[in-house]
Parts: sequence; structure tokens; C-alpha cells
Amino acid sequence: MNMRRIGTLLATLPLMVAAASAGAGTLDNVQKAGYLKCGTHLENPGFSALNSKGQREGFDVDFCRAVSAAANVDTKYTSLTSKERLPALQSGEIDLLSRTTTWTMSRDTKLGLDYTVVTLYDGQGMMVRKDLGVKSALELDGATVCLATGSTTELNIADYFRKNNMTFTPVVFDKQPDVRKAYDAGRCDVHTTDVSGLAAQRSLMKNPQEHIILPELISKEPLGPLVRQGDDQWGNIVRWTIYLTQAAEEKGITAANVEQIAKTSKDPEVKRMLGQTGTLWQDLGLDKDAPVRIIKTVGNYGEIFDRNLGPDTPLRLSRGYNAQWTDGGLIYARPFR
Amino acid sequence: MMEKPKVPLWRNPTVRARFYQFAMLAGLIALAINVYQNTLENLAKRGIGSGFGFLANEAGFRIGEISTLPVFKGGFLWFLAALFFGLVASKALANWLKQKHEKIGDKDRWILAIIALTVVIPLLVLYLGRDTVETVQYTESSSYTMALMTGFANTIKVTIIGCILSTFLGLFVALGRLSPNWLISKLCKWYVEVNRNLPVLMQLFFWYFIVIQQLPNVRQSVNIGDWLFLNKRGLYLPSFIPQESALAFCIAVAVALFSLVFIWRRSKRVLETTGEPGKVLIPSLAVLIGLPGLVWLVGGTPFALEMPVLKGFNFRGGTGLTPEFTALVIGLTVYVSAFNAEIIRSGIQSVSKGQREAARALGLKERHVMRLVILPQAMRVIMPPMTSEYLAIAKSSSLAVGVGYPELVSIGGTILNQSGQSVEIVGIWMAVYLSISLLISAGMNWYNARIKLVER
Repeated sequence: MNMRRIGTLLATLPLMVAAASAGAGTLDNVQKAGYLKCGTHLENPGFSALNSKGQREGFDVDFCRAVSAAANVDTKYTSLTSKERLPALQSGEIDLLSRTTTWTMSRDTKLGLDYTVVTLYDGQGMMVRKDLGVKSALELDGATVCLATGSTTELNIADYFRKNNMTFTPVVFDKQPDVRKAYDAGRCDVHTTDVSGLAAQRSLMKNPQEHIILPELISKEPLGPLVRQGDDQWGNIVRWTIYLTQAAEEKGITAANVEQIAKTSKDPEVKRMLGQTGTLWQDLGLDKDAPVRIIKTVGNYGEIFDRNLGPDTPLRLSRGYNAQWTDGGLIYARPFR
Repeated sequence: MMEKPKVPLWRNPTVRARFYQFAMLAGLIALAINVYQNTLENLAKRGIGSGFGFLANEAGFRIGEISTLPVFKGGFLWFLAALFFGLVASKALANWLKQKHEKIGDKDRWILAIIALTVVIPLLVLYLGRDTVETVQYTESSSYTMALMTGFANTIKVTIIGCILSTFLGLFVALGRLSPNWLISKLCKWYVEVNRNLPVLMQLFFWYFIVIQQLPNVRQSVNIGDWLFLNKRGLYLPSFIPQESALAFCIAVAVALFSLVFIWRRSKRVLETTGEPGKVLIPSLAVLIGLPGLVWLVGGTPFALEMPVLKGFNFRGGTGLTPEFTALVIGLTVYVSAFNAEIIRSGIQSVSKGQREAARALGLKERHVMRLVILPQAMRVIMPPMTSEYLAIAKSSSLAVGVGYPELVSIGGTILNQSGQSVEIVGIWMAVYLSISLLISAGMNWYNARIKLVER
């Protein structure tokens, strides 16, 4: 057994011993400890990876930091494989799971976990070498496909090939870097995962320009952070922290101007949103400076996207479905009142 | 008769020992029940579903390497019953002969009886009930149980092949280390030192990501006469498709192989009575080629060949080895063979020098000295630690997920993530590995009991 497997085992151990208390009071626990335990990827560029200064950064990481800022604590990151992530949250090893986890019905209902908000509307795609001359996923009959275990990926690809009367041979690895190595070495014709993940992996290939992502999206992958079921206050904090970043973009509030806008804005919703009037944030169990702190730490949703995934990053993703609803996208913050 | 002095019940050592053992056992059971109830309570409190009901659900994902598995009903069950009956009957026969101070090897008719009981009758049963033998292959619409069985079959495949290969490789390396030839002995020493001092996962990565990925791409495959193709995706060979006379042909081969036993025994008998060894080579070849050949001529070609052909992205048809399987088997075999080599060497060196000298003094050839005198005595030292190495192969096969081989842990991991039933899946993993390990241990202990020194 290697370390990771032992990790999975250990994660389930607390379930077996000690009659630990169920979810309630996560905010108290986090503030007492002085840090938020956040589960992320080990290395998935754009989402969670170490930068040249040795700090963890990325799209998923920014939502960890946003929630930490809301509770006014530090963040401690736990790297998890896709297999470990759900047990780690169930057992209380982490307080928040922000690791490109697809929102599905069975995960939401059967596992004692709750989804909060979709932070990224993604879909599973396929990447192939340009020199294969493949233009569509429908030409892939008989291909060998490299993928990582423990995600909806395996089901989606099997369903897609079955539906179109095609066959394929899967080669399944535990970790995304191993999938990339095997695909890059030519073991497989196809690399499949969420399109955002494909873009991230492509940026790490020997020659990124030799690979293309096929146009077909074979699944809906709404990704977002999860919390344990049974602590509604904590779930609400995560939910409204994310809505705040989305609403901030809508209102043109950025990390640079948030303090000034909080002081000078005449817009009643902005004033409520930023804690200047009303008790929206106090009712959540936070202080009234929480919203300004959040935006100052991570910026608004658009800033988070552009900084980690946008056209100027190695991932070169466009906003697509993740544009604001006012621009024809699906990002639609709930009203602050 | 002397009156025993009366000892109060609580001072009686037997009663006390029983009491302590009982208390200990009761404590353990109470702990187990407590853990079990805690688990259920905690799962319920967190709203996590539990139970093994999910195993019947459709798996839906695809597995890269699939074995055909027999269904435990109808003809296959009869076959197992016949095999079990044959084994029990042979054991009874052996016991009966022991009472008469004879051995199975003493007379040809006993050997024939054993072969009939354990091979011929079960095969006959299988043949008669062949219409009711069902096999299943995993598909995406199979259940989670079926997926786990497929993973289990893959684990077993690697374990068995790894155990056999690592034993022989270990034996050769051990003999090499003991060789008087300086070069061979030093090479074997380095083989052992390098392989047993590197972590096994690292070795698997080395074979998979470094060695095997050096092979050419699919379109530039190494091609040997359109029969054999070698590339990054594996080794492709023609496969045999059984035809009408396939069964008769297989039986002919089996009969030919068994008749070799009798040819050798006859040769030995002739040697003992006349001093000249009886002919072995020519009768053996005649039987081995003649019998199957005759069936071939009478019944027509027993097997048709299916060639691997490059079609689209990959080779289709034929059979072969995948890089994942190969890397895993090579990695585990090489790693464990280093330990086996040291165990075997220690066993050989534990046999006192006088035994070897005495055997040589009798004029035995060097390989006979090893086979007839040294190894049987060395076995007693070799067997117990060897058991641990076999267990290590079974358990290390779970590292396969690192090189993409779909064995039990890899497939269990997929199911765990899809169904979220982590406690159940981890429980299944533990139960399966525990069963495999206990089975190997039981088998090795039985063998060890057979070969150990009989003390009078």
C-alpha cells in the first residue's frame, strides 16, 4: 500500500472510532484554531499549484482564501487525490473542499455533503495529437484513452462511446500527472478530463502546441466547493462569500477600489452587500468588515478567473458559460437584501 | 489412593487461565461491537448511506483488461465438485497406502489412479456438462460486483505469475551468487543489492515510464513477419480460435504429457535392473509429436489463427500483453526475486559442508548434488521466509494503480468514488487481501510441514 491509499484509509478511520460530534459549529472551530483547513489539488495549474515563491495559488485556492478572509483566519491546504477528497471532507479532516468537484445528484444526496455554488461551468472534453488528423470525437472508434480514476470522467467517456456504438480501451491512473506522462509518451491516443483540466495539463506537455482539444463536450461538469451537511451556517457563509465575488463583478467592484466604493457608493444594494448598512453579514455570524476583506483578498469573480484561467494565462480559457448573465453567461449572483 | 489437597476454584491455575482468556476475548468482542456500532451511528449522523446494496448497481465504466470468468452454477459447479472429490479420494488412497507402508510412486497403477481421479474424471464431467457451463465477461452494463471480480481476477493473475517467476529468477541469482566464477558471483551480488534497496513503486515507474515507453509508436511497430508486433501499446501476437477438433487435440496433448511420466519411470526401472538407462528421448518425442499429430490429421486443424491487424488507432484481433501488465509483472518479479535470492542462498549455505562433500564423494554430478542433496535440505530453511515474500507480491500488486493496471484496488477506487461507499469498499479490500494472504500462508505452512525434518 502506498501513502495515498493509507491516506484514504486514515480518512475513513475517524468514522469508525470516537463518536465525534456531527457538523455543527464549523465557524467556531475554524476561528478557534485560527485557520481554515481547505482541500485542493496537489498540482493542477490554474486551479491549485505552487508558484515560484512556493505559495499555493489558483482558481480553487482563491475560493479557499475568500472563505478564510470571511472568517478572518489563515488557510491551511491539504492536497487530495480525487479518491480521497470526499472521505476527507466527510471525516472532518478538512472544513471546505475546493477541488474541481462535479455537482451530481448522488454526491449531493447520499454522502452527507452539500454543494454550495457552481464556481465554474465546465464540461468533459478530449485532447488528441494534431498529427492524428482527428477533427471530431466521433472518429475515435477503437482509440486508447488515458484518464485518471475516481471521478465522473470514467462514466462519461464510457457512456459517450456506448451511445455512439464505438469502443475504446481505457488506461486508468491514480493521478493526473501520471495520465499526462503516459499520454505525452504516446501510450494513448486520447487524454480526457474536464476541458479546464485539459488546458491545464496541456500547458505542462513537452510541446503544448502539438495537441488540440476536440470541439465536443461530452458532459456537463458544474464544479464548485462542498461542505459537510448539517452545518447550515457554515454552508451559508461559503455560499454567500462566492455570491459576493460574483456580485462584485456585476457592480464593478474590484480588489483595488473596494475600500473606496464601500465609503462612497450611493447604491443601496452595494452598501448592504459591503456591510455598510443592514446586518446581512452579522446575521451570518461574521463581522461587518468581512465583505471588504474578502474582495480585498481575492478580488471579484472576473479577476479570479482572469488571473488563473484567462486568456493571459498558460491555460488560455475564455469565459464562455462562465460570463456574467448580463453577457449571456450563467454567472448569476443572488440578490443581497 | 491419595486424597488431592483441595484447591479453591480461584486458585486453580487452569480455571484462572481460562478466566483471563475468556475475559480478554469478551473484551475484544465488545470493542469490535462498539467500533461497528460507532461506525453505523456516525455514518447515520452524517447522513451517509451504508450497506452493500450498491454492489448490485450498474457499474457503467469500462475496464482495460477483462478476463472471462466462469459462473458458479451448472456444469462448472459439477466440475468443481468432481475435482474436490478427486482430491479427497487421492488423499484417502495415500493414507490407505501409508498404512500398508507403500507410497504412491511405488506402482504405476497408483499413479494412474491418481491421474484418473484428479484430472480425467473432472475433465470428463466438464466435457459432459459443457452445455451448462456459462462464462461472463465484464461490460459497462455489468454490476459493481462483476467489476470487483474482474479486478480480483487481474490481481490473482499478477500474483500467481509473479510468485512463480520470482522464485525461479531468485533461484538462478542465488546459484549465481554461490558460483565460483568471480564475474557471475559479483554480478548477482549487485543485482540483489540494487533491486532490494530501491522502493518497489519507484521500480514500477522505472519499468513503465522509462523502459517500456522507449518502444516505438503504433505506426512504427517492430514487425516480425506480420506475426508479432511490438510497440508502446504492448506486444501483439496471433490468437488461437478453437475449431471442431480442438478438444480432442488438447486431450491428445495432455495424454502425451502424462505418458512421459511413465516413459521416465520405465527408463529408471530399466536402469536399476540392467545398469543401462532405458530410452527416453525417442519414445517421448514419438508420443509428443505422434499423438497430437494423428488427431490433427484425422480431425483437421484444431485451431485457426487470428492475426493482429493495425486498424484505425490500434491493433485489433490477436492476443498480447499490455505495457501495464508487463511493467507490473517485471517490476514485482525483479524486486521480490532479489529477496528470494538471498533467502535461497541462506538456505543453501545452511546445509553443512559435509553433505556436499559426501555427495561428491559418492560420485554425483554437480547438478545432482544440488538437486538431490542440497536443495531438499535447504528447503526447510527457505520455506518460512519465502512465504512472506509471496505475501509481499500479493499485497504489492495493489501498487498497480500507479502504472494504470486495473486490479482490485484500482477498480475498487473507481467504485468508491462513484458510489461514495468508502467504508464498504475499504472493508472489501481488507477482506480480500486478508483472504489471499491467509490462503497463501495456509498453503505454504502445509508445504513446510511436509518437508520439515521428521524427528524421532
